[in-house]
Amino acid sequence: MGTKRHFRVWRGDDSGGDLQDYQVEVNEGEVVLDIIHRLQATDAPDLACRWNCKAGKCGSCSMEINGMPKLGCMTRMSTFEENETVTVTPLRTFPVIRDLVTDVSFNYEKARETPAFAPPAGVAPGDYRMQQVDVERSQEFRKCIECFLCQNTCHVIRDHDENKHAFAGPRYFIRAAELDMHPLDARTDRREYAQAEQGLGFCNITKCCTEVCPEHIKITDNGIIPMKERVVDRRYDPLVWLGNKIFRRGQVPQTFVTSAKHGDAVHSHGAQGGVHSHAGDSHDPAAEAQAQAGVNWHREVPKPTAPAVDDNGKLPLTELTFDRAAAPSPFGDDVTFPLPPEHLNFAHPEQDKH
Amino acid sequence: MTTTNRIERHHYDVVVIGAGGAGLRAAIEARLAGKKTAIISKSLFGKAHTVMAEGGAAAAMGNVNSRDNWQVHFRDTMRGGKFLNNFRMAELHAKESPQRIWELETYGALFDRTKDGKISQRNFGGHEYPRLAHVGDRTGLELIRTLQQKIVSLQQEDKAELGSYDARIKVFAETTITELLLDGEKVAGAFGYYRESGEFILFEAPAVVLATGGVGRSYKVTSNSWEYTGDGHALALRSGATLINMEFLQFHPTGMVWPPSVKGILVTESVRGDGGVLKNSDGKRFMFDYVPDVFRKQYAETEEEADRWYTDPDNNRRPPELLPRDEVARAINSEVKAGRGTPAGGVYLDIASRRSAEEIRRRLPSMYHQFKELADVDITKEPMEVGPTCHYVMGGVEVDPDSGAAYGSVRGLFAAGEVSGGMHGSNRLGGNSLSDLLVFGKRAGGHAASYADQLTARPKVAIGAVEAAVETALAPLQRDTGESPYQLQQDLQAVMGDLVGIIRREGELADALGRLAELRERVAKVSAVGGRRYNPGWHLALDLRNMLVVSECTAKAALERQESRGGHTREDFPTMDPKWRRVNLVCSLDGDAVRLTHKPLPKMRAELIGLFDRAELAKYLTDEELADFDALVADADAEEAGN
Ligand SMILES: Cc1cc2nc3c(=O)[nH]c(=O)nc-3n(C[C@H](O)[C@H](O)[C@H](O)COP(=O)(O)OP(=O)(O)OC[C@H]3O[C@@H](n4cnc5c(N)ncnc54)[C@H](O)[C@@H]3O)c2cc1C
Ligand code: SF4
Ligand code: SF4
Ligand code: FES
Repeated sequence: MGTKRHFRVWRGDDSGGDLQDYQVEVNEGEVVLDIIHRLQATDAPDLACRWNCKAGKCGSCSMEINGMPKLGCMTRMSTFEENETVTVTPLRTFPVIRDLVTDVSFNYEKARETPAFAPPAGVAPGDYRMQQVDVERSQEFRKCIECFLCQNTCHVIRDHDENKHAFAGPRYFIRAAELDMHPLDARTDRREYAQAEQGLGFCNITKCCTEVCPEHIKITDNGIIPMKERVVDRRYDPLVWLGNKIFRRGQVPQTFVTSAKHGDAVHSHGAQGGVHSHAGDSHDPAAEAQAQAGVNWHREVPKPTAPAVDDNGKLPLTELTFDRAAAPSPFGDDVTFPLPPEHLNFAHPEQDKH
Repeated sequence: MTTTNRIERHHYDVVVIGAGGAGLRAAIEARLAGKKTAIISKSLFGKAHTVMAEGGAAAAMGNVNSRDNWQVHFRDTMRGGKFLNNFRMAELHAKESPQRIWELETYGALFDRTKDGKISQRNFGGHEYPRLAHVGDRTGLELIRTLQQKIVSLQQEDKAELGSYDARIKVFAETTITELLLDGEKVAGAFGYYRESGEFILFEAPAVVLATGGVGRSYKVTSNSWEYTGDGHALALRSGATLINMEFLQFHPTGMVWPPSVKGILVTESVRGDGGVLKNSDGKRFMFDYVPDVFRKQYAETEEEADRWYTDPDNNRRPPELLPRDEVARAINSEVKAGRGTPAGGVYLDIASRRSAEEIRRRLPSMYHQFKELADVDITKEPMEVGPTCHYVMGGVEVDPDSGAAYGSVRGLFAAGEVSGGMHGSNRLGGNSLSDLLVFGKRAGGHAASYADQLTARPKVAIGAVEAAVETALAPLQRDTGESPYQLQQDLQAVMGDLVGIIRREGELADALGRLAELRERVAKVSAVGGRRYNPGWHLALDLRNMLVVSECTAKAALERQESRGGHTREDFPTMDPKWRRVNLVCSLDGDAVRLTHKPLPKMRAELIGLFDRAELAKYLTDEELADFDALVADADAEEAGN
């Protein structure tokens, strides 16, 4: 028969909440989701939690168990010590709706922005011919159950809401990689797209996403890195990640992205905490209009920061690993001049007169 | 009044309820026809039940064995359903599935390939040739993700053209429909709530496609998720449509039986298709003892012959492990009852001793994964323990085969996928569901669009009906004296599992009806604690009445049908009866009560029935029907002689 175990479950909603303690029966062979269901059937009938398949196939039951992003239905109770308290919290990167349920619409928005498969011209349905070895690479990524654990884990957006508009996240990097490697996809710019629009440059290959993927997809090794390597080839922009790291320290992250292209309200600049790209023009009409109308002095612009130095107080760079003979630009390698006018804290004397 | 004024309203041409394979395919078709389309789903986009399908999608493409064609597929489907299928649906399905699968490739699907680069096809129970297009053992995921991504691509086109992703097709995820609204007999809209906020939402639309899937949650041991509460079946009944074949439930022979918490979760049939065999606790391959006469000719009699079949299917007969599901489920049930079961009450499914570890991991990756993580069993080393689990409902909304329009009094209601009935007769073949979703999803979506076109005036939603729907939905939250929905669900599951399970008896069925009537009173008084925001207790309380009315249909029809056929086994009437083959049992609602009527099956067209041997037909048809068949054949011969 079952034993009583101690559970702490985060209860609350967008206005706040806290961990609540439960003593609950646990039987042999059960998983964490079973215990959540038992709580629903006994102490907490309105405990909110998503699930569907109970077999690790649908990616609904994502939660953080003792701080680790996991699928509730695939986390066996036998992996904990008998007397260990099990703490269950909602995914941290997405806004809480209630209890363990979070608003994951961010992911669906990113999915919608990633250009779809482009069928090859002139190939009729039924005439597609592909070799197994060629489809296997993309098939690995198509195993994705969209649990969004990788998205939740990635430090670029975990606790950094301000990056969300410019960063699609590992799930959508492998979507781009999958299409890039699709033998018959007609588009040839998947990698450039990932770099320019999805914020691939933010990723500094920490591999945390790969670690949490319940489908064991090698997100970084097989998806992100190959894409980066080839992007680097083409863009003549080596050590992207390193440059990126240096200039991101302690400030609003820079992007290589002409970011706010999206007309949707969710992407409106103001709502995003005003991350500004120094990489080129902003295509956001709202931002342009504002720049013309006058300067919003409260907007957030990148603050000057000292470069990141290593233990010896030196830049973690040597001539051997750097691609240029000269010193790196003091403004950051991803800054081009002239800067877009709306990024300057400057108001023309004439401007305020209208 | 004020309450209904504040309800969010949307206007669409076609509303598709359900975001599984059938719903998404229907929505794509409606959008391609230029209709403003809404997709509604109880869970998140891309999580519907279809995602769980493992084995594959059956389509006679003939990529692996070129002798396969639609006629052979049609024959297999009819045989599998014990000739109770709606022949026209089986025909359309067999003819159109290959196109529907190929179409998926143009949406970006990546199926496993044959050596010459075509879509690979695998063997499955009841299919004469390798026929299931597949991707490892996650075919459903590929199917739903492909359709999901096709919808995204249509949205991107709309954004480019009209400036908004949602201009012509919008997904309402985590939204549950509780009521269909009618204007006279015409569908006028659908009413539901957002799970997230508990706020109500009203869709005004002249055409509604039901694609809500099945009913398995009424059983405790089931491979189905919480979504499968028979909502679509109940919505159809309440709006004046009819259900057929509700007595036929498919118990999948191989569900996990251990550990208890995962009891029911599916072990795909591909394990057997790829060489896995069933053994009892004496280590005997018992399926050879359970080949029924109707199948004797197609199945191997010795283990040697069965084993040769995997490599040389043209010269050997198939292993009996690949009999249709109802046969295998009953066989396992009998072995366990005879005391030859495993400790956890199942039988052994052994692939470890028959295939190399590497091959198992490559061909059955998600099964390997599932057993490793859920049961701590390494299937490359140990046999699995399996037993029957409630899996699929053959019964569903009675529809016009060509258009998917619901019969009965209602107009503007369409159904496709598991929620519709007829296609699979008394038993569905594995793999036929995924292709069914595509074929009839497309048809239903297309016909819903043209129905909306030909209407001269849009039906109007009556305020009174909306008020009533609000009241019904809020009632469980306002009561605090009733029972907990979880308790009621457990009791319902107990009644259905114990009394309307795999093997049925008259007394028990009658008893079940009595208990269901009691439950109905208790469910009418159910109360849910908590508020309206994402409150699963409340959601379950609202689903209960659907589960209940659908269970009543099943129990009633099961009591009525005095024979055993496919997914309906009566201990007191253990054989098939040709007279019953000619009858569909049709359920409708009379006020609150379920009414059951008999309806003759449509008669198969001459060129279709001509595809079968007389000897085979003799096992299914009445003498009278056989005489008709003989006359047909004589006519055809005479005509041939005349030419
Ligand atoms: C484990 C498993 C394995 C399977 N393997 C195979 C296989 O290998 N081959 C095969 O052919 N078939 C297989 N099947 C069967 C097949 O997967 C299903 O029959 C099929 O997916 C049903 O699809 P559908 O489109 O009808 O509905 P579903 O995919 O179930 O979708 C139903 C949709 O309706 C929505 N919905 C329900 N009620 C409401 C409501 N009230 N309001 C709003 N939305 C609602 C749900 O949210 C969901 O989006 C398998 C089934 C299971 C459970
Ligand atoms: S490897 Fe890149 S995408 Fe993955 S978690 Fe690290 S930064 Fe994020
Ligand atoms: S890549 Fe892995 S972790 Fe990320 S969403 Fe897909 S399955 Fe989940
Ligand atoms: S419930 Fe589907 S992955 Fe956990």
